[in-house]
Amino acid sequence: MLEVRNLSVSFTRYEGVWRQTKQWAVRDLSLNVWAGEMVAVVGSSGSGKSLLAHAVMGLLPYNASRDGEIYYEGELLTEKRLRELRGREVVLVPQSVSYLDPLMRVGEQVQKGDKSPKARERCRQVLKRYGLGKETERLYPFELSGGMTRRILISTAVQEKPRLVIADEPTPGLHLEAARRVMSHFREIVDEGAGVLVITHDLELALLVADRIVVFYGGTNLEEAWAEDFADEKRLRHPYTKALFRAMPQNGFHPLPGVQPYGRELPEGCVFAPRCGECEARCHEPVYYRSVRGGMVRCWKEQSG
Amino acid sequence: MEKTELGIGPGIVRFLAGKCLRGVLLLFLVSGAAFWLVSMSPLDPLSANVGQTAMGSMSQEQIEKLQTYWGVGAPPAKRFLSWAGDFFRGDMGVSLLYRQPVARVIRVKLMNSLWLMAAAWVISGAVGFGLGILAGVKKGSAADRVISAYALVTASTPSFWLALVFLMIFAVWLGWFPVGLSVPIGMEAAGVTLADRIWHGFLPALTLSVTGISNIALHTREKMIQVMESDYVLFARARGESTGRIVWQHGVRNILLPALTLQFGSVSEIFGGSILVEQVFSYPGLGQAAVTAGLGSDVPLLLAITVISAAIVFVGNLAADLLYQVVDPRLSRERGRA
Repeated sequence: MLEVRNLSVSFTRYEGVWRQTKQWAVRDLSLNVWAGEMVAVVGSSGSGKSLLAHAVMGLLPYNASRDGEIYYEGELLTEKRLRELRGREVVLVPQSVSYLDPLMRVGEQVQKGDKSPKARERCRQVLKRYGLGKETERLYPFELSGGMTRRILISTAVQEKPRLVIADEPTPGLHLEAARRVMSHFREIVDEGAGVLVITHDLELALLVADRIVVFYGGTNLEEAWAEDFADEKRLRHPYTKALFRAMPQNGFHPLPGVQPYGRELPEGCVFAPRCGECEARCHEPVYYRSVRGGMVRCWKEQSG
Repeated sequence: MEKTELGIGPGIVRFLAGKCLRGVLLLFLVSGAAFWLVSMSPLDPLSANVGQTAMGSMSQEQIEKLQTYWGVGAPPAKRFLSWAGDFFRGDMGVSLLYRQPVARVIRVKLMNSLWLMAAAWVISGAVGFGLGILAGVKKGSAADRVISAYALVTASTPSFWLALVFLMIFAVWLGWFPVGLSVPIGMEAAGVTLADRIWHGFLPALTLSVTGISNIALHTREKMIQVMESDYVLFARARGESTGRIVWQHGVRNILLPALTLQFGSVSEIFGGSILVEQVFSYPGLGQAAVTAGLGSDVPLLLAITVISAAIVFVGNLAADLLYQVVDPRLSRERGRA
């Protein structure tokens, strides 16, 4: 349904007066989402995940440039095609209340300004589905609690009967119970047949609901695994994923020292090499994304299969 | 909660009372400062108004009489307090220059100025807002560059200079408009038509508007750019809303409040500008009266004009604050809760 091939996003920056440098925020990222499936892109903050969402929606800032192709239903997603789909078939669920107009009532925003009785009825149904009463429609964004905001943002998506939902960090600032409920709302959308791409920093939460996990690090994806693979460390493919696994509370809570590299400091070869315990000479040459044991990995160590 | 949406409740009364108290204090301080400045002035009211030659031919007695009339020699604090006491009781005194009650002088001058300023205020506000939106939405485009350049040039142009240029081009060279005054020369007051007044007020109003536009346009542009780069506009785009709808629904909605504040705040600038512009066009308004009173040491008139202008500016700012309280749901609801 959605196929992202070798997506790169870069920003042009001036260094001093004359030198212009390109800074990569996303580099050589590939993934796909099928209908009726939930894919979670998991990565820590500042790894460029939100840019992925904005790139798919065609909403990158003007000083960013994009390489690679994005296909939707097997068709190249051009600016023109996007304009037809955006907000109708392909919807974005943004990450915070700042994405709502601060001076517009919530109801009007969910209806996208459509004041017809049909849209109003639909809005009321959608809000009800998420446990929000009629009175919510009359509120302004500043009057919403964190959990209500999440549900309103999801409502804006569901109002449209979407086929592909891209959710950018839908759970920050929510306590575990509320975050789980939000994630389960996305699962419902998947079960209705849509494809959902969730971008999150919370691996545990993603594992609860997603079908596949794409591990995002230093602007690219290091591994694509099935949620079930996280049951056993041996089934995981990349050293970074294994480190994430070991950092989870139930698996010993072992943190990985160091920080991820960004933008201009990205190493030539494997982006994880500086922190990897098994790093060797060939890791400093470009590493390709290969299919291994039913998943994908960007590491030499794993045998193709 | 529904009730507080209108923004009228005990909160707003307290808000108003506080503002008015501050307003009275402001007027007192402003008039005090103006008085202090006049009393520090090196101008001798006698030689300025009577003339050196006339004084030479006067007897000492006459001069002393005149000195009492202009208040020379009396302690400034005592003069100020006696003026303030009378003013507080509603007696603005008698203008020393016009030899008429100050209230009457001001009424006539204010009527002349008021519609001039009102026209400039409305035109600069509306045009500036429109241009600012256009420039902000199409940031970096040719339209934006033209508007920004225009705004920057006029913002750095002194209004009296622009008045002189307009006077030269439209009144002297082209002869489309009169060189000065607010009514045709030698015509009876009853015979003056509205068209005459508009014809005479056009150039001063134009000058005031042209310089007033830049400030509003630049601020609106800046605010509009901010809105267009905001998360909620990004989201509106992600939802497939058209640029027109985004500008109208989200843009105008979010910049209207700051624009209104600015618009009411700009009352002071228009007022200040009108003093110079009226002087250039010999337009008999409040501004010109203020200059005459200042140069001629007509203390009662000057102080009254100072107080009236400060009051007008104060009311302008108060109106902006009040609008914010009533219109912005974030402020009106929070006050309702408090």
